[in-house]
Amino acid sequence: MEQVIGRLLQIGVLLAALVVLVGGALILAQHGGTATSYAVFQGEPEFLRSIGSIVRGAFALNSLALTQLGLLLLIATPIVRVAFTLGAFALQRDRTYVVVTTIVLVLLLYGFLYGKA
Amino acid sequence: MTTLTFALLIAGGSVTAGMLGALTGLGGGIIVVPMLTLLFHVDLRYAVGASLVSVIATSSGAAAAYVREGYTNVRVGILLEVATTVGALVGAAVSGFIPTSALAILFGCVLLFTAIRSLQPRAEHELLTTPDKWAKRWRLDSTYPTADGLQHYSVQRVPVGFSLMFVAGILSALLGIGSGIIKVLAMDQMMRLPFKVSTTTSNFMIGVTAAASAGVYLHRGYIDPVLSFPVMLGVLAGALLGARILGRANTKLLRQLFTVVVVVMAAEMLYKGFTGGL
Repeated sequence: MEQVIGRLLQIGVLLAALVVLVGGALILAQHGGTATSYAVFQGEPEFLRSIGSIVRGAFALNSLALTQLGLLLLIATPIVRVAFTLGAFALQRDRTYVVVTTIVLVLLLYGFLYGKA
Repeated sequence: MTTLTFALLIAGGSVTAGMLGALTGLGGGIIVVPMLTLLFHVDLRYAVGASLVSVIATSSGAAAAYVREGYTNVRVGILLEVATTVGALVGAAVSGFIPTSALAILFGCVLLFTAIRSLQPRAEHELLTTPDKWAKRWRLDSTYPTADGLQHYSVQRVPVGFSLMFVAGILSALLGIGSGIIKVLAMDQMMRLPFKVSTTTSNFMIGVTAAASAGVYLHRGYIDPVLSFPVMLGVLAGALLGARILGRANTKLLRQLFTVVVVVMAAEMLYKGFTGGL
């Protein structure tokens, strides 16, 4: 079971890396020549900060949103792993660890979906 | 600097960081943030966001390529995840209120601690089979494969390990690192898990811990796609490459080289922290 989960997550990371690679190549093609600096923190624009607008932007083939979608997929990967682990404990009817894993999953989803800590 | 030059330079540095991290077993995350802030003058918040993303990539992806199955103690991992996840969310909540200079000093201290730990020899300690109240209640004792067949081990001092994991979670969110060193310290030294079980379980946990704060930081605008893509792809490629040459490389020499790099970065971080230059 753990081996299958490990395999699935490797595929998840590779998928995320692929999306980031395509998005990154598009960024360089479109903005490669412009000057850049990260010395001053400004925060990302609104459309790169919420899941809905990132997905919409990515489907509109906006290079920044597409790359951000890849990063979003990557952040989701460990969360999916925890969800699978929850399933494995449920199959074993291990009630204690179903509860423990649910706590971890709820905390992760709270941060991921609402961005509050 | 143009975006293209910037991305290429950062990708190159990240490949090196990922490779060193995989070869020394210390993880690349600890040198990504100092590289970005000290060498490329990236604001600490952007650097933390990009670094966390690369930590997730190596933990969930590349590491699985050389982590042998059958070692991870999933119960220990998920129980301690409660502490690291809460720690990471607390860290993410307070990070906005801590001055950058204080974070730089904290980072310097963690780097120094890493250097000290990396020089200490890694000896496999004796396994204990004395039952522990907490380990029994949470059914944490397990077995792992050795040359002589399955070996039973008993888990000790669960509350101490749990508390250390809370600290590991906070540091992960504040500094953008995997906190693998502290996780292994807690499991190997405090909870007396076999070394291989500690490292693989730590790896299982690192991605989850990093995802907790990275999710929050994405909404807060710390994760920049232009900066993060060369970091993520570079560290991932470096880690995969490192895992491939692991058997052939002179890891002792690399460890010493890594330690020197870490000490130099620690000094620079402490200096910048105390002079307010970061």
